[in-house]
Amino acid sequence: MSGHDGDTDNSPRLVSVRTMDIVVALVLIAAAGVVITDSLRLGVRWRPIEGPAAGYFPFYIGLILALSSAVTLIRAVMDKPAGGQTFVTKKAFGQVLAVLIPLIVYIVVLGFIGIYVASAIYIALFMWHFGKYPLTKGAPIGIAISLVLFLMFEVWFLVPLPKGPLEEMLGY
Amino acid sequence: MRIKKLLLGMVALAALAVAPAQAAWEPTRPVTFLIPAGTGGGADQMARFIDGVVKKHNLMRQNLIVVNKAGGAGAEGFLDIKGSPKDPHKIIITLSNLFTTPLATGTPFNWKDLTPVAMLALDQFVLWVNAESPHKTAQEYLNAVKAGADRQYKMGGTGSKQEDQIITVALERVTGGKKFTYVPFAGGGAVAVQLVGKHVDSTVNNPIEAVAQWKAGALRPLCLFDAKRSTYTDKVTSTMAWSDIPTCKESGVNVEYQMLRGIFAAGGITKDQTDFYVNLMTKVMQTPDWRTFMEQGAFNPTVLTGNEYRKWVETAEKTHFDLMKEADFLHK
Amino acid sequence: MGGFLVVLSPFNLMLMLVGILLGVIIGVLPGLGGANGVAILLPLTFSMSPTSAIIMLSCIYWGALFGGAITSILFNIPGEPWSVATTFDGHPMARKGRADEALTAAFTSSFVGALVAVLVITFLAPLVAKFALKFGPAEFFAVQFLTFASFIGMGKGSPFKTLASMTLGFALASVGLDSVTGQLRMTFGTAELLTGFKFLVAVIGLFGIGEILGSMETGLAFTGAHARLRLNAVLETWKKLPQYWMTSLRSCIIGCWMGITPGGATPASFMSYGLAKRFSKDGHKFGTGQIEGVIAPETGAHAAGTSALLPMLTLGIPGSPTAAVLLGGLLIWGLQPGPLLFIEQKDFVWGLIASMYLGNIVGLVIVLTCVPLFAAILRVPFSIIAPVIMVICAVGAYTINNAMFDVWMMGVFGVIGYLFNKLKYPLPPMVLALVLGDMAESSFRQSMLLSQGDLSIFWSNGLVGTIFGLGVILLFWPVISWLMGMARQGKTA
Repeated sequence: MSGHDGDTDNSPRLVSVRTMDIVVALVLIAAAGVVITDSLRLGVRWRPIEGPAAGYFPFYIGLILALSSAVTLIRAVMDKPAGGQTFVTKKAFGQVLAVLIPLIVYIVVLGFIGIYVASAIYIALFMWHFGKYPLTKGAPIGIAISLVLFLMFEVWFLVPLPKGPLEEMLGY
Repeated sequence: MRIKKLLLGMVALAALAVAPAQAAWEPTRPVTFLIPAGTGGGADQMARFIDGVVKKHNLMRQNLIVVNKAGGAGAEGFLDIKGSPKDPHKIIITLSNLFTTPLATGTPFNWKDLTPVAMLALDQFVLWVNAESPHKTAQEYLNAVKAGADRQYKMGGTGSKQEDQIITVALERVTGGKKFTYVPFAGGGAVAVQLVGKHVDSTVNNPIEAVAQWKAGALRPLCLFDAKRSTYTDKVTSTMAWSDIPTCKESGVNVEYQMLRGIFAAGGITKDQTDFYVNLMTKVMQTPDWRTFMEQGAFNPTVLTGNEYRKWVETAEKTHFDLMKEADFLHK
Repeated sequence: MGGFLVVLSPFNLMLMLVGILLGVIIGVLPGLGGANGVAILLPLTFSMSPTSAIIMLSCIYWGALFGGAITSILFNIPGEPWSVATTFDGHPMARKGRADEALTAAFTSSFVGALVAVLVITFLAPLVAKFALKFGPAEFFAVQFLTFASFIGMGKGSPFKTLASMTLGFALASVGLDSVTGQLRMTFGTAELLTGFKFLVAVIGLFGIGEILGSMETGLAFTGAHARLRLNAVLETWKKLPQYWMTSLRSCIIGCWMGITPGGATPASFMSYGLAKRFSKDGHKFGTGQIEGVIAPETGAHAAGTSALLPMLTLGIPGSPTAAVLLGGLLIWGLQPGPLLFIEQKDFVWGLIASMYLGNIVGLVIVLTCVPLFAAILRVPFSIIAPVIMVICAVGAYTINNAMFDVWMMGVFGVIGYLFNKLKYPLPPMVLALVLGDMAESSFRQSMLLSQGDLSIFWSNGLVGTIFGLGVILLFWPVISWLMGMARQGKTA
């Protein structure tokens, strides 16, 4: 859906589509291998009481996955290595990582300090880093959104979300 | 399956006895009420009903938060409560999967990881056939199975290697080596409709799952898998009440099975905390709403708490182990 | 019609309003479903008459059906499973600055779908209930097969990548407890995998997070930020809608059928979209922001969602989780759903049906007035909206099953979504396989059990044979066009 990369971005290429195609196909073949192995453990034939055994369906699915990925792999390998399309440039990849890494940190952290505090901090820092908003602007927005979420989930819908020390202190 | 039974009257007495000495402990935050089954099933209906009764009669200052954790035949719910020992703000409603899930899947969980609170009732099972079926009694039906080809007759049921299939295997003791084809479906309601649509030949639905179809004249009950007939004598259809369904033993089919509908709390909670929940459930069971609910679902209103409950669960675990061993359902 | 008089009391109208608003909020938040809303409000209803109660509760349901489309169109995050197909064209429309049009089309189509479904319920209830009884495992499998068949030609790129994407979806769907044998598959001893991969978690990651990662590459912009605010958008869009009457009609039929049998709103939306793409003269443009691609799934989903109440009322089998909770409600009010409900509880049933008509009208008015407001959300700077979307995604992923593991999986699916988008692996087949894979597999194996391994069960009667035949025709249709497409590609390359 974001097919216009590279239009304005002249930084060096980090990786080509061909390389990524090969990598992803290999990963999918590996995944298919896992599926097939476990299916064989479960049995892939007809069983008197159970009908088609538990591994029957996934076994063939794994097989198709492996075969179709193999075709993609071969096509990509046969492609000429030089030239070809750019998968991602250095600059673009840096920008993706700039979102992905904070997201991972956010997910790790919310397990410890609760989703509400983590979200408020995450929103404030995101706004500060990417939008150049001062923290005096970001913090109130972050806190307000966390508060709305808190009221909505904990108070109104009674759906418990991960909570940390702050909520503990407040008696939730 | 020998069960010590206390009837509803005794619940009232018990409640009177504990009422004056209000439990010292009370929940300080909302209590999570786990359901190890999906939405719409028997356990779900009962848990949501309890939640409703608690709110309607203001039986608790804090809220109950009902959460379905159905994954892995309930393993998800059990592992959740096992994972928070000594947390007095978590309770779980159980059905037979308390025993069958760890036995069949090898999930590292046992009821001893939890604190038994109270048995609310025993859920009955009834052998149902389509109303247009030529078989009028359990004996006739099972004789037909015996006379037919192996696996000719199809039994629909909820889930795999759980109570419905265990009963089916138990029935096969009296069919002279002929087996049923057991077809597992996702939920009790769907099973009943499959029988109405004649896609299967019989089911062992719980009463509440099939009562509407029975009332409408689409299904016919053959026998009740209990030692005694039901005590509910109000007419359900124009001619029959729950008490008119013969027990399977009466019909010459010696199979009994009932399902636990009980409450457990997290393991290692204090006596005070357990008492609070025992008290709460006792109050729930005193309400007229509860009585109506019991009658609608033709439940066997057996109530046990404390040590007796623990003993019952121990016996039931043994029974399930034996039944599942016999059926070759144990996790290998 | 006495039912309308019951519903039109001011008190009931107020309940209706509350229900719709609450429902829209629930629909917007991924992870919170109609089931949550209904469950929370259920205790409140004990002091009301059952009729008032069901009016309020069913209005939550309508609200949620309307609301699901909002985040799908604006942010590519489906608020509910049945709005996944709405993202395919709805979000591209929003990116082109036509969010208001897409929203109007979605809401209006939802309304049309629901209206037709209610008409079916009103006039054909007993007949339709009988039809639902004809559906056994073989018929269910045939329907699921048909859904796949109608959808399989979705991908534009390499057929092998389409196949890989779909089989990956199937493989992911098979993780967890196998419902037929009770064995654990591909869990490798981990407790987290017991429950398998949740459809909505995957979708939030693939579409929501994947989209944001993708937008980051091109700099910090949601193209939709340039959306103009047009106050007459609703009327402008309405002028365009009548020409798509055929798509609407087809989707209504699919929706009613899937709701009644009960196949569910999610497959209905996919099937409607797939068939609309197949039969539209602009089919090849689907996925780039075609208004027809919004009309079809929304009409189908809403028709299915509404008609799903019919099997619940007449057969006691809920067609959706929300219907399941409503079913619990009926029991508490002392009403036994089932074939006799229509005879024994006339007031209640007709009150409910009347509330379906009025509730949907009230709902439509509410959401349409809010269209400019919703579209205006896109004017909020990306650096504010992006972290908020991320937070809402995380909350959504968590609430689906109250598990931290799902939040992690959301992140993983986000990366998969980003990679797949860039490598032109189509996502829709994977999503469809994830949502239907489990059901299709169990129906297939149930059928095999019933027939003892005899495949002829799939053409053993007229009904199953017809559905299966249709599926086969649709299946081979794209194969032919693929071959032609590939030949053409070969020439130009």
